[in-house]
Amino acid sequence: MTKALETQGLRKSFGGVLVIDDLSISVDQGEALGIVGPNGAGKTTWFNLITGAVHADGGKVLFQGKDITGLSRHERCRQGIGRTFQIPKPFSGMTVFENVLVGATHGRRMRERASYGHCVEILEMTGLHDKVNVLAGSLTLLDRKRLELARALATDPSVLLLDEIAGGLTEAEVQELIEEIRKLQATGITIVWIEHIVHALLALVNRITVIQFGRKLCEGDPREVMSSQEVQACYMGGTLA
Amino acid sequence: MDWLNQGVQGILLGGHFALFAVGLALVFGTMRLVNLAHGDLTIVPAYVALLMINAIHFSPFYSIPITMAIMFVVGYLLQRGLLNRVVQSGDVVGVILTFGISIVIQNALLLGFTADNERLKAGTIDSLSIRINENLAIGWLPLIIFLVALVVIIGLQLFLNRTKMGRAFRAVSDDQEAARLMGINTKHIWAMAMGVALVIVAIGGVMRGIRTTFDPSFGSLSLIYAFEAVIIGGMGSGWGTLLGGIILGLSQTLGARAFGPPWSILTGHVVFLIILALRPQGLLAKTVTS
Repeated sequence: MTKALETQGLRKSFGGVLVIDDLSISVDQGEALGIVGPNGAGKTTWFNLITGAVHADGGKVLFQGKDITGLSRHERCRQGIGRTFQIPKPFSGMTVFENVLVGATHGRRMRERASYGHCVEILEMTGLHDKVNVLAGSLTLLDRKRLELARALATDPSVLLLDEIAGGLTEAEVQELIEEIRKLQATGITIVWIEHIVHALLALVNRITVIQFGRKLCEGDPREVMSSQEVQACYMGGTLA
Repeated sequence: MDWLNQGVQGILLGGHFALFAVGLALVFGTMRLVNLAHGDLTIVPAYVALLMINAIHFSPFYSIPITMAIMFVVGYLLQRGLLNRVVQSGDVVGVILTFGISIVIQNALLLGFTADNERLKAGTIDSLSIRINENLAIGWLPLIIFLVALVVIIGLQLFLNRTKMGRAFRAVSDDQEAARLMGINTKHIWAMAMGVALVIVAIGGVMRGIRTTFDPSFGSLSLIYAFEAVIIGGMGSGWGTLLGGIILGLSQTLGARAFGPPWSILTGHVVFLIILALRPQGLLAKTVTS
């Protein structure tokens, strides 16, 4: 079976700093993969390489088995890659509904009228249905994060990249968000989730990959990985015994 | 009564200014590009129409749709081929490049058409007017230009607020990076924005060619009026631009009435400076937030 998403030997440096060093990670169809690693490990850069915001110095990005390394950002979106930002970037001068509508019409290349139903469904699923006419710039943090999710979903992705979507939320809000993501997972969307809030990841993902210094440190069963000595050491900043 | 007449003329003139300013505001709004070639681009359509009229003698009004189509293509290609390269390089690079384009256009027009005054002859329409009373007469042409400006601004607002492409313009204006993730090709959208801006410029440019004489040096003054109208009104708002145009038009005609015709343009600039000092964000500030 073809992998939903795969990066092969990706390399990227900014100036003299090697940020991604021969990074090969693959994600199965319908899998939920958690990505952890200390700050500056290259997690977000890896996402940027997948969406095309940053171009790789070497290596390949494969999506559903196709090489998409040369495609631009909007083309990758139309192929089916969705992404949320760590710091939400709503279209602040537009309403919540319009934000989602833009994703639905441009990401799926549909007419506005034809995509209304799809938008309403997504807004209900992400709990934004009572705020459709609110300007996105005036939303609370939780709602901005939900809007990030809703907007990404509107483009009808088969792979969804979540960048620290639980960061900055209260514990109760994190629980709500986990429930919403669980519903998405049930629809068959492949999820790749960067997160520092480990218990949120453990509640949902099938597998965890740890990145350190732009390389893959280890991967495997979520609980085993997180309790391994190597990972504890890299998180606590200590040296390996 | 003379004041009233000058006031009415000022408002109509304001519509004319707004017609040029809207395109400048649209381009700035969607891509934060300060287009110093905008003024020169407002005279290009008049020359395009002139060529057509000289070749096949028809009314300049008929040349408007064709000129609009030509200017759309010019705008799209100019943006896609050249200006897109500088959109993300910061303000200064864009200013330098468009300044260069402005010089190229002016000199190309001088070479092609000489510095002579030209005019698009539209028969008797430019002298017809509606007589309200012995002191007040409204010229048909200024009235038509004002109404066209109104229709263009309403149309642009509807386009931006109600259509798929319009929403893409606004999305790109709000956040380019997020827009790309939504499947929007920002390069295409910027080019469309420049195309639409020049379509509007084409209408205004041909109308002005019918109303007054023009020569290749006209661009710089148009640019200043357009900037003043946009800034008075508040960046990024269509209605603000119309209001800005009207205030500028009124200042010029009333200034002429109060201090004599030679003071008309200066009065306009002074009023602009006063507004800029007192309310730098513009009167209808729907300011572009970062």
